[in-house]
Amino acid sequence: MNMLSWFRKNLFSTWYNGLSTIVCLIFIFWAIKNILVWSFTQAQWQVVYLNLHLFLVGRYPQVLYWRIWIVAGIITVLGLITWGVFTKHQNVIKNRFSQFIIPLLAPAWLLSFAINIWLIGGGFGLKSVSTNLWNGLLLTLLMATVSIILSFPFGVLLALGRTSKLFIIRWFSILYIEIFRGLPLIGILFLAQVMLPLFLPADLRLDRLVRGIAGLVLFSAAYMAENVRGGLQSIPRGQSEAAKALGLNTPLILIFVVLPQALRAVIPAIVGQFIGLFKDTSLLSLVGLVELTGIARTILAQPRFLGKYAEVYIFIGFVYWIFCYSMSFAARKLEKQLGN
Amino acid sequence: MTNSKPPIWRDSLFWQIATQVIAVVLAISIVVILGMNLNRNLRQLGINFGFDFLQQQASFDIGETPINYSPTDNYIRALLIGLLNSLKIAVTGIILTTIVGITAGIARLSDNWLVRNISSVYVEIFRNTPLLLQLLFWYFSVFLNFPKVDNKVSVLGVFGFSQNGIEVFGVNFSPEFATLLLGLTFYTGAFIAEIVRGGIKSVAKGQWEAGRSLGLKPGLVMRFVIFPQALRVIIPPLTSQYLNLTKNSSLAIAIGYPDVYFVASTTFNQTGKAVEVMLLIMFTYLILSLFISLMMNLLNRSVQIKER
Repeated sequence: MNMLSWFRKNLFSTWYNGLSTIVCLIFIFWAIKNILVWSFTQAQWQVVYLNLHLFLVGRYPQVLYWRIWIVAGIITVLGLITWGVFTKHQNVIKNRFSQFIIPLLAPAWLLSFAINIWLIGGGFGLKSVSTNLWNGLLLTLLMATVSIILSFPFGVLLALGRTSKLFIIRWFSILYIEIFRGLPLIGILFLAQVMLPLFLPADLRLDRLVRGIAGLVLFSAAYMAENVRGGLQSIPRGQSEAAKALGLNTPLILIFVVLPQALRAVIPAIVGQFIGLFKDTSLLSLVGLVELTGIARTILAQPRFLGKYAEVYIFIGFVYWIFCYSMSFAARKLEKQLGN
Repeated sequence: MTNSKPPIWRDSLFWQIATQVIAVVLAISIVVILGMNLNRNLRQLGINFGFDFLQQQASFDIGETPINYSPTDNYIRALLIGLLNSLKIAVTGIILTTIVGITAGIARLSDNWLVRNISSVYVEIFRNTPLLLQLLFWYFSVFLNFPKVDNKVSVLGVFGFSQNGIEVFGVNFSPEFATLLLGLTFYTGAFIAEIVRGGIKSVAKGQWEAGRSLGLKPGLVMRFVIFPQALRVIIPPLTSQYLNLTKNSSLAIAIGYPDVYFVASTTFNQTGKAVEVMLLIMFTYLILSLFISLMMNLLNRSVQIKER
């Protein structure tokens, strides 16, 4: 009986609701039937599992996979701790353990980042691996993380510049933000890959990856600046006036009073941008980097797997989706935790 | 004797001026250093700066030409073709994505459970995967798998699907155009759906109740009471989505639709004129962006609360 009333309320409340329910059911039936028939009778998924290692790490030497495993282990442990601290305890401040852990988290992440890069790239006693061999999901994650971390401080500086009272600084910031937001990302990546070497001294040769990161950062910082600016505008002037009355100078007011509040206000926007940047790393495949989309293209170019577009693209689409969706899910949780 | 001025480093005016002077000096020196490097590097490569090359024969073919073009025409005309193709995509894309976005956004607030959830699934899938990937998927696994022209699939006698692309009422759209259009439309539409949903939810509940109490049907309340007010919240982020769509149309290069970025990139490959081509691209997209922003700001003014 309960179920019947649920059906009546949610599916058949009016005649047009009933009609759209029926249309939706027909659509769902048609879509699911086609998808199931295709995936179980026509699709040839061996292109995915035969190449799984290529999708994940590309041509990274197989004997050195243990280093990648350690990296994955470090990130998982740190990630779980962070996640636990921010979600499990209703009141973060009152919990002793959290109080002890939270100040250590940021340095731990930074340190682990350096260690991870060393593990992946080698050097200093480990066998070094050329950046050409850093491919697949490994490269996608690396490019996204590095660009996100680097674009953050630039974005904050640009936002401060744009809201500054100093005329010239403000106009420089506006000029930068508007130019880089007006250009398509592929144009900026082209700029970084092809033109950056022209602007630098002839003997300074940047690695392809570094140029890719430069492009992503140039682009992302402009968007980050606008997000942060939104946060800065949401802080009442009374806050900085109060801090001034306490005798703080401008840099201290910014660092200890205004920015923490402003950044907290724009966490959703910043996470949204991180997700965007993560997806945008796929464009690196158009300038010759072999990240997840790039490795998909090289796999599809093998004669054995010709024409298996749907299988490969659905698989890597699923991988991108998992990462993006869990980021937005985590962000929603975090927002709730920090919101009160 | 104690009317002493504070020491100069405590004077905020001094710091304001000094910071700006430092910024100007820094900016100028960066530009000069980069410019000198550029100059030297280009000279080493034997490339002279200048836009004369635009008059030369383009000598490459373009798949889709809204106006007459042959490979003997010059680069200016080739780029013009690219620009027209970009405009074609931007205009049709903006119209279609608005329809898709508003429909999906309203559907997410429907009181029909199925409609609501189908819309959520659409939004979550399309928002959380890269546009480039979606374009590749549409192109390689959908459009290139369509039947040959001889046995094209016809839907309701209005749409025809074949390897020649999509036919609507006898107007044929190439697979490249159709891919780019559908890809951009569904991707951007998913973002617009969220914007529309947020905008509608921001309208106070009392407005619904007031509309209903006047005897209006829910559809009419939405059209005449809720939506016009929601537009105030919707239009600014909608503008960014239109700008994104226009800029993202440059991904045409991945599937071979000859938009302005594609033609410019071919031009660069043939001439090696990196700086000039980059300037042209920059200029074109800035003009396009400014135009869209201008139009949307005019629209925005018309929906603002008139305060006298």
